[in-house]
Amino acid sequence: MTDIAQLPPATETDIDLRDSNIAVAGQWRLFWLKFKKHKIALVSLVVICCMYLIAAFADFIAPLDPNATNARFTYAPPQGLSLMHEGSFMPHVNQLKMTLNTESMRREFEPDPAKPLAVGFLVPSAPYNMLGFIPMETKLFGLVNAKPGDSLYVLGADRLGRDIFSRVVHGARISLSIGLVGVLMSLLLGVTIGGISGFFGGWVDLAIQRVIELLRSIPTIPLWMGLAAAIPVGWPPLRTYFVITLIVSLLGWTNLAREVRGKFLSLRGEDFVTAARLDGMSEIGIIFHHLVPSFMSHIIATVTLAIPTMILAETALSFLGIGLQPPIISWGVLLQEAQNIRAVAQAPWLLFTPAAAIVIAVLSLNFLGDGLRDAADPYESV
Amino acid sequence: MLRYIARRLVFAIPTLLAVSIIAFIIIQLPPGDYLTTLMADWASQGGAVEAGTVAAMRERYGLDQPMYFQYYKWMAGILLHGDFGISFELGKPVTELIWSRLGFSLMLSLLTLCFVWAVAIPIGILSAVRQYSISDYAATFLAFFFLAVPDFLMALGAMYVMSVWFGQSVGGLFSPDYVDAPWSFAKLLDLANHVWLPVIVIGLGSLAALVRIMRANLLDELSKPYVTTARAKGMSEFELLIRYPVRLALNPLISTLGWILPAVISGEIIVSVVMSLPTTGPLLLRALLAQDMYLAGSLILLISVLTIIGTLISDILLAMTDPRIRLT
Repeated sequence: MTDIAQLPPATETDIDLRDSNIAVAGQWRLFWLKFKKHKIALVSLVVICCMYLIAAFADFIAPLDPNATNARFTYAPPQGLSLMHEGSFMPHVNQLKMTLNTESMRREFEPDPAKPLAVGFLVPSAPYNMLGFIPMETKLFGLVNAKPGDSLYVLGADRLGRDIFSRVVHGARISLSIGLVGVLMSLLLGVTIGGISGFFGGWVDLAIQRVIELLRSIPTIPLWMGLAAAIPVGWPPLRTYFVITLIVSLLGWTNLAREVRGKFLSLRGEDFVTAARLDGMSEIGIIFHHLVPSFMSHIIATVTLAIPTMILAETALSFLGIGLQPPIISWGVLLQEAQNIRAVAQAPWLLFTPAAAIVIAVLSLNFLGDGLRDAADPYESV
Repeated sequence: MLRYIARRLVFAIPTLLAVSIIAFIIIQLPPGDYLTTLMADWASQGGAVEAGTVAAMRERYGLDQPMYFQYYKWMAGILLHGDFGISFELGKPVTELIWSRLGFSLMLSLLTLCFVWAVAIPIGILSAVRQYSISDYAATFLAFFFLAVPDFLMALGAMYVMSVWFGQSVGGLFSPDYVDAPWSFAKLLDLANHVWLPVIVIGLGSLAALVRIMRANLLDELSKPYVTTARAKGMSEFELLIRYPVRLALNPLISTLGWILPAVISGEIIVSVVMSLPTTGPLLLRALLAQDMYLAGSLILLISVLTIIGTLISDILLAMTDPRIRLT
């Protein structure tokens, strides 16, 4: 769906062709020059890099343990972070005052401006291993001198009093990495199958194209559901994760295969390929030395546009309860909590925080992919 | 034209066959068969299972036969007797369970398609004719936003807005009074009252895509010399637009039916689960979770077959509107 969503073209070229630097610039330099002009794509690139960094250093950034429950603070609302207190700079949140509403039998929370809790950077914490192997005892931010009963729920808490912000940050690990791993698998499938199809042509090509058409004509959700439901419930989380990734990429490779095949077909007859062949270069050598580098930029663009579909597929499956299961934390698993509309009406942050993370990630990846695709044809308008 | 249609029909047969095999593989995927699950259930409840009963059930469902024979038996039942097998969980024939739900799914998908087309074309035209205007930027921004929001999030968001801002509970296609009532004009009105929200929620993603395609197609056409010629003749701007470039820009749009339809049906399934509509979605999810594989397989098969038929119809429509296609 994303491949037809084009941005308005980047502003027309202001690069002078006679400039000697441009005339001899390599493919990747031209690629970068053109990409740079696509401002939204550039911003998206920064956003995406930040998101992946946050995912990598989730332990350090999340102030609380994503699995730590706290019965005192079930459905606690977001505590707004303020920077100033009584005219001086002091980042703080207000302490939550809990009252029990006897009529609805619910806890109600009220921020108490009289009791600010100071928030500091690089505060000491319980020891943990960053990235699994670097022992650390510091978190990026947290409460200074926290006493029992103080709380720091930047984006609210869920029904077990777990911190939504920490959970979303940790969920980014699974959700964003499924996009990358899934894309790598489809890339492998797509380039191999598309390459075979485009290179050999004839009946091999015909058969592969029919299979691709077949896969594209079946609605994806029921097929994914059917495959995902076959995963035994008792499997270890890591195994489930890889099988889900495999299922998601099983249908994702078709686009890539088509792209690669098209490029193979159009490049096969190019002069530089014929020249290489006349020079006595082997077919394999031609493929990896001349063909692959010349459509590399296209592949990168298509791959970027494929990541968001993978992320959305995982989210949808986990949301339905047939993808990843708790205790794994992914954005789809977080949204399972939001399935009950009554819970959402009471605590909208259950829905809107993970949803915002998903939309930002998908939107940025779409913009980035669009920018890359426009830049992939460096000779068109530079 | 007839030859084109005949050729398309012949091409559809291997596709249908392949889809039936995929559905059968999905039925067979879970480890063990349904009887193993049933046996474990009975054993855990302390009931003794007689070996004779098990053998009889195995034979009845053909579970002791090789794979290809089971497939043959399943397909033969469907094609010759319209028998899709038995839903193990609900203890009823699959045919009893699916038709009304399939009907609602079909209705919802068709309504969504109509909505998407009726809204996307005018917005696309406006966006192209007033290129780089505020309305164009607004349409572009919204299109990108709706492409990035998955359908089920949209459904949850819509339900949240309806319940918190308007104080209405959303869910189902009928009010409780009408669910079991016989069809009447009042029931139809009640349906119309409920159906618009899921239609919009399912359609927004495809709508956004179609607006972008329509805009791009029309922009290509608008810069062509024949438009200038018509303008030079003194034709009114509106008549010119509708008579020539829009007609040409619509043709590639028809060919998008081939992927809009699977997208809409996918969306319909997941949105139905969220909004608990009486369509195939919730039934399929329930069947898959309970490993009620004949029901699940039949649903996947029928949904895919409907999609393929829809794609076939769109191909034929395209050939009817564009003579260049049926000649190749």
